[in-house]
Parts: sequence; C-alpha cells; structure tokens
Amino acid sequence: MKKLITAALVSFSLCCLSTAALAAAPIKIGALFAVTGPASFLGEPERNTAQMVVDEINKAGGVKGRKLELIIYDTGGDATKAVQLANKLIKNDEVVAIIGPSTTGDTMAVIPVVEKANIPLIACAAGMKITDPVKKWVFKTAQNDTLAVARIYEQLKKEKKSKVAILTVSDGFGSSGREQLKGQAAQFGMEIVSDDTYGPKDTDMTAQLTKIRGSQAQAVICWGTNPGPAVIARNAKQLGLTLPLYMSHGVSSKKFIDLAGDAAEGIRLPSGKVLVADLLPKSDKQKAPLLAYIKDYQRHFKAEGDHFGGHAWDAVMLLKGAIERGGDTPAGIRNQLEATRGFAGIGGVFNYSAADHAGLNKDAFVLVQVKKKDWMLVK
Amino acid sequence: MELLNQTAQYLISGLATGAIYALIGLSFAIIFNSTGIINFAQGEFVMLGGVLTIFSITTLKLPILIAVVIAVAGTTVVGVVFERLAIRPLKDATPLALIIITIGASILIRGVVMLLWGKDTQALPAFSGNEPISFAGATLLPQHLWIFGVTLLVIAGSRLFFHHTISGKAMRACSFNRRAANLVGISVGRMVLLSFVISSALGSLAGVIIAPLTMTSYDVGVMLGLKGFCAAIMGGMGSGFGTVLGGLILGILESLGAGLISSGYKDAIAFFILLLILFIRPQGLFKKGETERV
Repeated sequence: MKKLITAALVSFSLCCLSTAALAAAPIKIGALFAVTGPASFLGEPERNTAQMVVDEINKAGGVKGRKLELIIYDTGGDATKAVQLANKLIKNDEVVAIIGPSTTGDTMAVIPVVEKANIPLIACAAGMKITDPVKKWVFKTAQNDTLAVARIYEQLKKEKKSKVAILTVSDGFGSSGREQLKGQAAQFGMEIVSDDTYGPKDTDMTAQLTKIRGSQAQAVICWGTNPGPAVIARNAKQLGLTLPLYMSHGVSSKKFIDLAGDAAEGIRLPSGKVLVADLLPKSDKQKAPLLAYIKDYQRHFKAEGDHFGGHAWDAVMLLKGAIERGGDTPAGIRNQLEATRGFAGIGGVFNYSAADHAGLNKDAFVLVQVKKKDWMLVK
Repeated sequence: MELLNQTAQYLISGLATGAIYALIGLSFAIIFNSTGIINFAQGEFVMLGGVLTIFSITTLKLPILIAVVIAVAGTTVVGVVFERLAIRPLKDATPLALIIITIGASILIRGVVMLLWGKDTQALPAFSGNEPISFAGATLLPQHLWIFGVTLLVIAGSRLFFHHTISGKAMRACSFNRRAANLVGISVGRMVLLSFVISSALGSLAGVIIAPLTMTSYDVGVMLGLKGFCAAIMGGMGSGFGTVLGGLILGILESLGAGLISSGYKDAIAFFILLLILFIRPQGLFKKGETERV
C-alpha cells in the first residue's frame, strides 16, 4: 500500500513537473519577411507588427498560458534565400507554423517546402496563385489583386464609364495587376483602349500619359508601388490631364500623398480599411481592431500603421485563434485555421474554408479619394 | 493636329530627360578623360545630390539655396575622399581593377545612405512652383526650365574652363598624354583629383535639379547612372557637345519610343542604342577619328 502511494506520489509529481515544463516551453512560430531589399516597404512594417503583436500576447499571459516565441528571418525579397530560411525554421527551429513571406515570389518558392513538411503557412503576399488552386497547408491574409480591380471597375460601371486606359509597372506587382485588369474587363463591360507600361525606376511618364490623352479613354488606371504612381500623378497634372485617375492599393499610404503633393488631389484608389478607420461606420466589425492596431503601432514605432503591417497582424491573430482552439500541433493549427469564420482583422473579415484559403471578399476594399491631403471614403 | 501636339510633348519630355542624361554623361566623361576609368559610382553622386538637399531642407531647416550648396559641397567631399582612399593608393592598377573598385564604392555609398536616411522615396519641393507652362501645344513645368538652364550653364562653363583656363588646359593635356603632361610639369595626380571634384559636383547638381520632378531615394542613381553612361558612350566619351547631343538624342528616342511604339521597350531602346554604338562606332557618334577628347 505504502509503495503504491509512493508510486502515485512520484508519478503525480512527475506529471506536475512535466506539465510545468510544458507550460514553460514557448510555442515556436517562424516568420519570413523581406525586411531589406526592394520589398522592404512590405517586410519592415510586417516585422514590426508581428513582433509587437506577439509581445503583447505574451504580456497578456500568452496563449492558453503558454508564451509564443517568434523567430523572424529576413529573406531580402530573394526567393532562394526564402527557401533556405523556411527549411531552417522547420528543421532547426522546429516551428509549428510560419508567417510570411512578404512577396508573391518568395511565397511561391516556399510553398513546396511547407507542403512537404506539413507546416501551416500564412502568407502576407497578395498574389492570386498563392491560394488558387487551394494548397492544403497554405493560407494568406493579403487581399487578392482581383478584389481591388473589381472595386475600381464596379465604381466605373456605376459612373457609366466603359473605356479605360491602363498604365502598369513592369514588375511582378504591375504585371499581375495588368493581367487582372485585362481579365476582368469583359465581365464589367469595360474596354481597354490603351495598354501601357513603365519601368519601376522610370522618372518621367509624360510620354505614356500623352498617348493616353490622345486615346478614347474615360479613366486611367495605374498599377504600381511608390514612387512611380507619384511621378504619374505629377506628370498628369503637368499635362493638364482631366481624366479621373485611379491607382492601385499598392500606394495606399500617406507616403503617396507626400510624394505626389498637390497632384494627388482627387486621385482614387481601392484600399484596405486601415487608411480610413476613423471614417468607418460604427457598425463595421473591423473598426475596433483597426483603431486598436493604429494606436498600438503609433505608440511603438511613431509611424502610421499601414495595411502591409496589417497582413502580419492578421496572420498572428489568426494563428493565435487557431492555437487556442486546436492546440499547438501543425495539423491542429491547420484544421482550425481552415475552420476560421467571421474573424474581423485589419485586412478584412476572414472566412476560410476548405475551398477558400484567401478568406476575403471584395468588401475588404473600400474606394478612397484624396481630398485636402487626406483620404476620404468614396460613396 | 492631335498627333502634332503629341509629338511636341514627346519632344519636350525627351529633351528634359535628355538634358539630365547629358549632365550625368558629362561627369562620366570628365573622370574618364583624366583617369581612363569609367566611374560607376557616378549615379551615386547624382543620388547624393538629391538626398543631401532634402536632408538639409527637412532636417536642418535650411533655405533651399543653402541646401543646394551644402548638397553639392557634401557630394564633392565624398568624391574627393573616394579618390584619395580608393583610387590614388592603387596607382598602377589596371583600369579594369579600378572600374570594379568604383562599382564597389557605388554599392557602399548606396548602403550607407540607406542606413542613414532609410529606404523611403522622398520628394523635394519644386524651385519655382508647379504651374504647368504651355509651349507649342505641349506643357512643361518651371522645373524643366531650371534643368535646361543649368544644363546650358554647365556646358558653357565647361567649355570656358577646358579651353580658357590653365587648369582646364592642363586637364586636357593629361587626357591626351599623361606621361607627356607629367614631363612638362603638370601634376597628373592633382588633375585626377580635380576631375573627381568637378565630376562629383556636376553629378550632384544634376541630382538636385531633377529631385523635384523624379523624387529621390537611395537607389535612384543606378538607372540614371546607366543612362548617363549611354549618353557619354554616344558622345564618344568626350566632354563637349558630343555627350550633350548623345544625352538629348537618347532622351528624345526614349520618349518617342514610349509614345509611338511601346512603353514596354523604353529602356530596351536606350540599351539597344548603347550596344549598337559599341559595336559599330565605338569612337562615338560624332567623332571623326581621333580628335580632341576633353
């Protein structure tokens, strides 16, 4: 009897010890962001945000009593490096899930690695092909280009405009946008009357705009990231171009208004709601998390939180939710991610399902317009 | 009529871009002529001009004129330090080794600027407003007039310097024959230093006057440097009218190509011309055999 009690005591204390040890061991999460290199405008706010959110979760006691440990690597926007680092995260660091990478190129390269290792990946890049077709272990938080294009075309249709000129940058972002603009045109009854491109480092686009001015276009849609669109805005003003000018969500930050100056006035673009959080109606489910995120980011980094950082915010919070519900195994996390419904984040309201690992619809974008150096909602 | 107006606009835009290429091309040629190397850090001098001006205006709160002077002076100091630390110690290095050093220097300068001032693109306010000016059916900005004006001044100034001052003549002598110049008592080393001073000052000046139009960031120098190099090659690496014409032709061809053919081939046009000239007329478009260099 005595023996039995001792054994019970020993096993009980062992049990306690091991759970104590388990409780102390943090849950390891990997992150791959392009903090340096050409896509650093994505990677830097993403890294800042991810670290900020994880720190806050830990300060509040972690997830189900366990801390999160975020291991961040910088891909430099280089797909080869991204693959190496993904392998390192999985094999050396033994993470249960990976957040990122920041760019579509990096993400496409990393997908085979995580699929093979059965580790869930929540990408912060926007490319359609990341989740189309659906891959078992891959999710994403950035809004598809498709949705942004649809938002613009919808507005043009409402204004009974059907002839558009498109001017896209000759890099991955621009060519993906160009594909979408051309692909969806017929569906909205749009006719592309002028199709031009410019180089990411070009310093003068008056030639393209002059050509557009001579065409039948009723609106110009420009697809690029800073500084190109700002140059285009200034060139358009110089030429006295009176056509409505639409930009992509690639320039949806105050920086664009700074760069384009007076020429930004009146320009419209589809954007995540983070730009106009305080203008949203109270009924909007995203309003509360958006305002909280902006305040937090301002406090930590003395800078405006943008929707790029928001992709990382969404990824960490989605992961937190999945771990809370499904435990800390890769498979459990994956299944719970897929079961996420109605999660209101920065990028939109996420509804993942077995057939949809992108999770957002076109309500994730609002159309905004620059007025008096600030953003206004276009009704 | 519409086509005529369009073409006028293409020409004006092309001339404006071309003037910048010409300025950068000139600064390439000046160093090439005194040292025989192609300074691939030239684009970085252009970038430094813009970045330092913006820094002086926004952070140091200086008026624009003083900011420009500081930017040009600052870049010149960088050029001098670069020559002293990286070019001069390697007196007997082959031109190839020196060229590779300039590439290294360009990466270093870019990196330092990125660390100091970040990766964001920044805009400089225009010198005299943003009200477009109509001209022959085309429009241009007051800033374009600044660009044309400065380019003309620089051309006139360099003509005056290289043909009518002792230092200028000495530099020309070095470019014809370094050894002979040395023998008649010209300090070749000092002339090399002087060429770096002029060239970095010129490059940064180009950077300052285009910053209000094109904006600037740590990596803006790469493409501008290459285009300036194209202009210099077209002009046969001379620092006279050949390079200026080369720059203008390049700018106009780019703009016409983008407008009338396809904007996707804009850069391809520039580099196609570069290759063509290197193959067919390596001595430059305008040169008849071996004539004066500087």
